Formats: sequence, structure tokens, C-alpha cells
Amino acid sequence: MEKKLTLADLARILEQYDVVELEDVTIKGEVELELGSSAGLALPPALAQALQSLMGAREMPGTLEAKRIEALLPATFKVAKAEWTGKIEEVTIGATSADGGTRERTVTIGGEKSLPFYNFDAKMPHPPVISVDCFDMPIPLARAVREYYEDVMEDPGEWAKKNVREFGADMVTIHLISTDPTIKDTPARAAAKTVEEVLQAVKVPIVIGGSGNPDKDPEVLEAAAEAAEGERCLIASANLNMDYERIAKAALKHGHVILSWTQLDINAQKTLNRYLFKLGVPREDIVIDPTTAALGYGLDYAFTNIERMRISALKGDTDLAFPISCGITNAWGAREAWMKDSPSKEDSDWGPAAYRGQMYEIITGLTLGLAGGDMFMMMHPNAASTVKKVTQTLFGAKVKEDKAKRVAIEDWVTWDAEVGALKK
Amino acid sequence: MEIWKYLPGTNCGECGEKTCLAFASHLKERSTRLEECTPLFEDEKYADKGKQLAELLAPEIREIEIGVGARAAKIGGEDVMYRHELTFYNRTALAYDVWDTMEEGELRERVSRIANWRKFYVGEFLTLDAIAVRSVSGDAQTFAACVNAVAEETDLPLVLCSFDAKVLEEGLKVVAGKNPLLYAADKTNWKDVLELVKSYNVPVTLFSPDLDMLNSLALTFSSAGVEDIVLDPGVYPTGEGLADTFSRFVRIRRVGIEEGDKEVAYPLMSVPMTAWMIHGDALDASYWEAVLAAIGIIKYADIMILHSIEPHSLIAERTLVENVYTDPRRPVSVEPGLREVGTPTEHSPLFLTTNFALTYYTVESDLSSNKIDSYLIVVDSEGMGVEAAVAGEQLTAERIKETLESYGAEKRVKHKTLVIPGLAARLSGETEDVTGWTVLVGPRDSGRIPGWMDDNWPPEK
Repeated sequence: MEKKLTLADLARILEQYDVVELEDVTIKGEVELELGSSAGLALPPALAQALQSLMGAREMPGTLEAKRIEALLPATFKVAKAEWTGKIEEVTIGATSADGGTRERTVTIGGEKSLPFYNFDAKMPHPPVISVDCFDMPIPLARAVREYYEDVMEDPGEWAKKNVREFGADMVTIHLISTDPTIKDTPARAAAKTVEEVLQAVKVPIVIGGSGNPDKDPEVLEAAAEAAEGERCLIASANLNMDYERIAKAALKHGHVILSWTQLDINAQKTLNRYLFKLGVPREDIVIDPTTAALGYGLDYAFTNIERMRISALKGDTDLAFPISCGITNAWGAREAWMKDSPSKEDSDWGPAAYRGQMYEIITGLTLGLAGGDMFMMMHPNAASTVKKVTQTLFGAKVKEDKAKRVAIEDWVTWDAEVGALKK
Repeated sequence: MEIWKYLPGTNCGECGEKTCLAFASHLKERSTRLEECTPLFEDEKYADKGKQLAELLAPEIREIEIGVGARAAKIGGEDVMYRHELTFYNRTALAYDVWDTMEEGELRERVSRIANWRKFYVGEFLTLDAIAVRSVSGDAQTFAACVNAVAEETDLPLVLCSFDAKVLEEGLKVVAGKNPLLYAADKTNWKDVLELVKSYNVPVTLFSPDLDMLNSLALTFSSAGVEDIVLDPGVYPTGEGLADTFSRFVRIRRVGIEEGDKEVAYPLMSVPMTAWMIHGDALDASYWEAVLAAIGIIKYADIMILHSIEPHSLIAERTLVENVYTDPRRPVSVEPGLREVGTPTEHSPLFLTTNFALTYYTVESDLSSNKIDSYLIVVDSEGMGVEAAVAGEQLTAERIKETLESYGAEKRVKHKTLVIPGLAARLSGETEDVTGWTVLVGPRDSGRIPGWMDDNWPPEK
């Protein structure tokens, strides 16, 4: 550092601090100044500070106590971009008439070359999408959710319609849960009919979900895939403890995307994906579901599992480089989402359950979005719209009611809660 | 092993490890403290090495403490960008606000609600971390009176909030010995705040959404010998401003951790309460505030200031902090086996659960806090929760049978009745067939066991 200080500057400073004599200071030539660094340095702290400041010094010897700095030390904030070698597969769900389907629009997810919303590293190509759930029979739901669906629970087609018309769903998921032998054991053929109904009721891309019964699902999803021929649905799902081959082949034959589901286990996810490659499933036909756990009920595992998969993929692990789907509706399994009061008598009051449920769904969704989720299956309309809004905002979409520019944020300190508005 | 070179190498065992090498590897994982190596500090000949090692082991992000005593909060001290690389260390401190125009009774009640709030979670009670006192009046004496009332009510750490150094000083005078965090110095008031920080020796927040300015403020304060610095890069609540906010937090932390640049390697403050400046409806505001809080908790805020103290906000925000800051190296599962809750007899119910730690602790606490004397048999579900384990076949009738047999359940209860979780209802028939036990399906959530007991226990003969 070679900042020059003129003798006139020095004289002025010395005068200002009533310094008569300098020890351990050598003045060379005209203006160069060297500060001695011996322990006996006799500069008054304030003077040393002033000299250092004038010279643009970046570090003060620790023994010197400053009294007054007159100007901010200049600095420029610089940060490198993260460079990743991998890229997440881009997957399109839904087919319009041009591609042999009847959807009015399609949805494309994935394609990332950076961590989610890290547009400063590489622009995120597609925002996450929301698929709102419906079921093929009335199911027990928390009261806070049930009130939105009570009128359509008997009719999957109407239910799907409501999700799109009233709740702005990008996609709809039809869960064929009644096919479970321990529930209603609805035959595969009847389930396929339900899928047809839903496809007629809405024009958005759909997800077809089984009941989760590993013995029945292959048959049900095969029939559903056939009924939905050419619509490029997402078939949910194939996993390791069932006849995934049958499901994958049906998806392949009838032109669908397949959801590859594993339980919080990176190696299992790699294994299942490799099996799917072997069966000839093209990479652009795979979405993965590494399992969602709710806020407070394993969300930490789900978050880290997804984040690790996404980082591995960006580092070049092509076994994991797929868009990620998250079953955010799982958040309603958390007792805080629905239970009236805390079972623990020593807890502070839990407040109304109705406020907690959507909060749990929002936080679970957003958290997994920040880990790498590209698609969220959700249930509560307000939770869905809130997650959509925040992910769209972080993605960089223009949001209409953007008041950010008008907010003088430092005024939060004087914000007057009594009137609920900014204090003038 | 770079760390090992600095240790005495005598394998003396004072630290509790057999060898210096083992101790070194614990230091690397931050699973022990350097101070455990007593010779390093007591023996003169190691003094230099001890000092050098302390510097080597210092976390990338400076760790600072606010408040004093049992409820003092450590923030910062982070070493990694992703929790799986090690762990996030000091959890995000949650500060909730009070303001100096509040009527005193209302003020004291709010403080007490914040200070006494608690929620049971995985074997312990979650609590809140700090109180932010805002100067809304702009009057120094009013602020001082408010700070005084708050300090009388609680020993939680305080954040004193005003951009007016005179107001801050009057507040500081009241709680000078309690190590409050000052909020904030900015490009306008920094000289006066710096004076205050130096004379009272308290931690300080620097505010600027302009990162060059923020860097400049940090450099200036550290050059002046101030080390306990917190940086607030500003939280814009919506739109492009929010996207930029996200980017600022990530980039500042990246510089500190990945690039080893010490100029901005300080704890970060986030103020999600700016959500209240754009929402008229209190419920909407509380949700959006939680959204901003979640972004901060996950992406690098070390302390944050929030407004809603409604239960739905506190429960969700504090639980998320716990989840993000839990050490990911902590085991997912507990040992399978047959546990006693309270003092069960041979007529007490036998409940079944999985060995996913969270499930186990939840069920155990629901039984014990409701004083239900019972047996709890824990199946090895490979660390999966009930619903997932049923779906993934880690919890099957066969495995239940093996578990009952290997832990001798039959010798403990006379009734030969097993209560399985409601979420495992589909296994009930098969379990009866395979085990020969009577199977009762319990509630879907163990919090409902007390009510379930009223209707179902003891079972009809």
C-alpha cells in the first residue's frame, strides 16, 4: 500500500492531536511515512487511527485503540459465481393436440444449472409448479382443508375442476386411493374411468397417483396409463418394493412421464433410476420423488436429502439429475397442523388449528423448494397460492402487486403497529 | 492432519481421548472443544501452538454473543454452506419486537408472553431467544423507560432498535451491563454509533442493502477495533426486492465461508417483520412474515426480528429453526426394544411404534405426559416413521411378530393384546393372523391416546 501523505497533512494532524514529538517514526525523503511496529510505539491511538485512515490502511495493529474515524473506509463487495458442471433434465408434462394429447397447456420443469433461485449463478429456467390434489373418494381431511372441498368430494371430475378454476392449480393430481384392497378395492378398470373423467373435466396436465399399495398399484397404474394414452401424464409412482417394471413399461408404451419414488435414501434413488434407464425409459420422462416429511416430523431429513441429491446432480451425477416432486400435503400429518390443542399440558397455547394447518403446509413447501423441489403436490388453496407466490418471486417472475420499490424498509423500526401502517 | 501438528502429541488422555490424533479428528468435526486439551493451555511450552491452533480452528463466520447469563444467545460461528457438510452450528436467534409507544401493562404482558413461551419437541422445550425494543416515539427518554420495563420483566437478550444514536444511548445506559445488540449503524449515523459501541463495548448491527456500503461499514468498524458485528443487508418483503434480498444473503455468506474473506464474515440479521409494511390484514402479514423468516432460517440468517407472536407463527418458525439446525449426524433411529412408561403391570396396554427417533419420542412423551402406565414396543423400521414404513414395508406383520418374540412381550402382559398405530391400520388383520395376538387399532396420532383409552381400554373380554 503506497498511499502518499503530504507533510502539510501530517502537520495538520499532529496539530489537531497536540502531538509535539513522534517516536519510532522515520520520515524518508519528502513525504513517505513508515510507522514503526515495535511494541513501544508511542503514537497516540487516535493519531495512529487518523494516519491509517488517511493512508487507506485496511488493518489496524490490534494494540491501537481508535477514537474517531472521519470517513468510511472504501470497499467493494465482490463474490465469485458458483460453476457447476451438471444440468438437471428438463421434463415436460402434458401434451397438447399438436403432440397427440388434449391438454390446453403443458408444464415444463427442471433444466437448472444452479441451486434453486440462485439466478446470480445461472438463471433458473422454469419456476416450480403446483399440482393440487384430488381423490377418487371422500377422504378424512383436517377441517381447515375440508371446508374447501366438501361440495366436490363425491365427484373427482368436479373436484379437479375446482382445483383449476378456483384455486389456480397448474396441474391436478388424481389419487386413486379407493383401489387399495384394504379400502374399497376398486377395480383397475373403474379407476381408469375416473382418470378419463378427470382428463375431460380439466385441460391442465395431470398426475395419476395410485393408492400406495405395492401389490395393486402396478395393475391400477397400467390401466390408467392406457386410458390416458398420449396425454403425457405423470404416473405416480414406481418404487423398489413393487413391480416397477410393469408400471415403467406402461408409461413408456402410452407416452407418459414416470415418477421414481424412494424413501429418504440417495443410493436407493440412484438404483431405481438406473433400473428405469435399463428398461429404456428416456431421461426426459423421469421425475423423482425422494420423499417429503412435514415440518417438525423429519423435514430436516427430507430437506438435506433433496439438497444433497441436487448438489450431486449439479456436480455431474447424472443418476440424480432429474426434476424433483414433493408431496407437500404430507404436512397435514403433523399434529400441529390439525389438532385442536396441544397434547402436552405444559405447552403454551397452540391457538386456532385453522391458522396452523396452512402454515405447516406453506413452510414445508417453501423449505423443500429451497432444497431443490420443482413440483409441489398441495392441498390447502391459501397454502398453494402462498407457496406459488413466493417461489415465483424468488424465481424472478414479475408479480403484479409488487410494492417493494415503495417500501422504505429501514422504517420498520418506527412502524406503528397500532395503526397497522407506516408512520409518516 | 494439520490440527494434530499443533497438539502436544503426548497422548496423555486428559481430553478423554486415547490419542492426540483422535482428539484432532474430533476438533475437526467440532464435536469437542480445544479447551479439553489442558496441557495446551497450562504448559508454557505449548502456549504458542495453542494460540495458533485456536486461530486455525476459529469458525469462518465470527461467533458473537448477545445478552448475559443463562439466556445469552450465541450467533454466527458457522463453517459450512450446507448442513450436511458438517452441521449448522448456532441456531438462528429469534427476536420478537416490542415498541416504546406501547402502554406499559400491554408491554409487560407481551414481554412475558415472549419470554415464557414454550413448546415440547423431541424430548425438550423449545423457547424463544430475544426481544427487540423499537423506538417508535423517537424520544430518547420514552425509549429508555421502555427498555427499563422490558429489562425488569425478562433476562432475555435485547436488541435496541433506532437509527438515532442519542436514543440508542439512553437505552444503553439502562442495560449497559447486559450486552444488548445495537440496531443499527448505517451510512448516515455510523460515526455516532461507532462512538457508542466503543464506549459501551456492545455488539452492533450494521445496515445497508448496498453491499459495497455494507462492506465499507464493516471494514470501518473492524478497523476501529470493533469485532462483535452483525450485518443486516435489508429484507425487502416482495417482488424483485425479495429476490435480491435472497441473493444478498447467499452471496455474503459465500464470500465469508467459501472465499475466506474476513471483511464480511459476520453473523447476518434478517428482518422478516418488513412483511407487515405491505399487508393490511394481520393474518396475511403473519403468513408472509413466516415465509420471509423461513427463507432466512434456511439461507443464512443468524438472528432475525419478527412481529407476530401468534401461536401459529411461533410454533412454525421455532420448529423450522430446530429442524434446520439439528445436527444431521444425529442418528435417525433409536434402539428397538420393549420400553416401560411409568410403572406398568401385566394389565397395562402394550403400544407399538417404530424406531424413527422423532416418532418414538413423540409417542413416549404422549404416554408419559398423560401418565399412562404402559409398555411401548419399538420395531426396527430402519428409522422410518409409521406411515412411510408401512408403505415401504419396513413395518410388516412379520416384523411385528419377530419383535414381539425377541423382546419377550408375551411374558410382560397377560392380555395378549397389541395396540398398533392408526397409520398402520392396514396391517391389523395380517398381524393377528401371523402373531396370534389380538390387535387393536389405535388413533392416527398418539396425542389422541388418552381419549382412545377411555373408549377402548381395558378391552372387552
